[in-house]
Amino acid sequence: MRSARFVLVRLGFMLVTSLLGTFFLLPVLWLVTAPFNAQATLRVEWPSPFTLQNFGEVFRNTFAIRALFLNSILQAGGTMLGTAVIATLAAYALSRLEIKGRNLFVYLLVLFSSVVTGTAAMVPIFLLLYYLRLIDTHLGVILVLTGGLLPTGIFLMRDFVESMPRSYEESALVSGATAWQMFRDVVLPVLRPGMMVVAVWAFVNAWGNFLIPAILIRSPEKMPAPVAIYSFYTEGGTPVLTLVSAYSLLYALPVVILYLFVNWRYGFRFFGGIKGGGK
Amino acid sequence: MGKNKEIQQILPRATGFFFLAPAFFFIGLFLLFPFIWVFIISFTNVALTGPTALNPAFVGLENYVRLFDFSRWMRSGEFGNALRNTLYFVLGSAVLGQAPLGLAIALAFHRRRGPLRELVFSLATMAWILPDVAVAFAWIAFLDYDFGTLNTVLINLGLGKIDWYFQHPLVAITIFNVWRGTAFSMLLFSAALGSIPPSFWETAEVAGASSWQRFKDVILPLILPHILTDLILITLWTFNTFTPYLITGGGPFFRSETVSMYTYRVAFKFLEFGRGAAVAVVMMAINFVLATGYLLSLRRRRAYG
Repeated sequence: MRSARFVLVRLGFMLVTSLLGTFFLLPVLWLVTAPFNAQATLRVEWPSPFTLQNFGEVFRNTFAIRALFLNSILQAGGTMLGTAVIATLAAYALSRLEIKGRNLFVYLLVLFSSVVTGTAAMVPIFLLLYYLRLIDTHLGVILVLTGGLLPTGIFLMRDFVESMPRSYEESALVSGATAWQMFRDVVLPVLRPGMMVVAVWAFVNAWGNFLIPAILIRSPEKMPAPVAIYSFYTEGGTPVLTLVSAYSLLYALPVVILYLFVNWRYGFRFFGGIKGGGK
Repeated sequence: MGKNKEIQQILPRATGFFFLAPAFFFIGLFLLFPFIWVFIISFTNVALTGPTALNPAFVGLENYVRLFDFSRWMRSGEFGNALRNTLYFVLGSAVLGQAPLGLAIALAFHRRRGPLRELVFSLATMAWILPDVAVAFAWIAFLDYDFGTLNTVLINLGLGKIDWYFQHPLVAITIFNVWRGTAFSMLLFSAALGSIPPSFWETAEVAGASSWQRFKDVILPLILPHILTDLILITLWTFNTFTPYLITGGGPFFRSETVSMYTYRVAFKFLEFGRGAAVAVVMMAINFVLATGYLLSLRRRRAYG
């Protein structure tokens, strides 16, 4: 009796969890099937006839390729570098300056970046960039993205800095290194994994952001991938689904690969529940 | 912080502040300054086109008066309409959707390893981290009346098709947002449950408590502060999210327009920044209340240990 009940409970558990898995999987299936279908519709079906032509089509479209391989990489890469470097410097200084209440300070900062966020924040930020003449520039997008991500970046970096033993730095100082030499030769190598985490996190956020470049970038030759695909979709009559789906898949791929890499290398750690922070 | 006075100052003050300067510059320019400036803009008629583009003037409370003009407040495309939609959207997708679902998944897989757990966690996390535009296209296809996977499933279950875009646009973006954001609650609750000592579960088991009793009397009180934290954070994020715009565009006839999309339309479609700033001030005020609630919930958690 007991074992029959156990089997039933076990089966019920597997059924419910499989349904949950299905719920998360079904909506994205189209992204995986349509790009390989020569006659892609909005239906999810086994690609027939199977083709790689759709990707060829994307690669022949100079606007699409420029958006993906130049503009997106430039904007997400710039944001990644800026966020990782500035957050590391700040987190390190906050920790080693022994400032009282720095934990609360970083917490408030992260919270504040959740208050000044989204479309609401973009109203004054757009005007600010307008007066600074940074509308429609890569730099403008990078600066705004970096500004939005920094508080959380510092928060993430803080964990790594605080767990670094001070004895490393003290022995460097004792042997006569300057503060800068110590930072470069002792601190940075130890903090490298942390910087990697912040860099990957910032890259994924910047890469996936639609709102900020959609508002700040005007000219087609500077649009990053998300804005470019969206303009494919909304402008010029019926969207070409083969192109849109193939392009979307190419665009989403780096995020999937980075996720798999981080999951394999570090295990997808959960940093006090921070993913957002970006606008 | 400073455990004892003997700790040698590793970083000279000047160098330290030099390290901090870039961060302060960015935070000052892109967080602090916009936060203050938006109030000022909201009392003007700044626009990039039209007669006031060159000479913006102070208009006092006019933008706010228009925003809260209750005679037309609930009409289609007005602020009240967007506010009501947002309320339903946040309640439905964050409070009734993400939080309970995330908790259910975390509980189901608590202290269970295996491929099924890996699969569900990975799929949910993927839904959470994929780029906005890619998931938006996937969902446009998913919700399509004639070809969409959702309607195909419904037909096969004998439930018939639903015209998601025209009949239930708000429900559609609510389901989307549950799908998109549940991973956060799932991971948070998973971590929270993991921090409960195993002895708590075992004691209840020995006492012969049923699963529900065990959950209600032992687990729930322990994770209650985490539930509060989770609810406030996902409410904050859902309130500000813009992604559903990429699926419905707020339509049809503004029936799925949230406050975030309303702000976008006023400021960036009409280019009326004074009015847009007034909405932004209201949005940030709501954000501020939620953030303060979050801080208070953390203080309570600390009080309980």
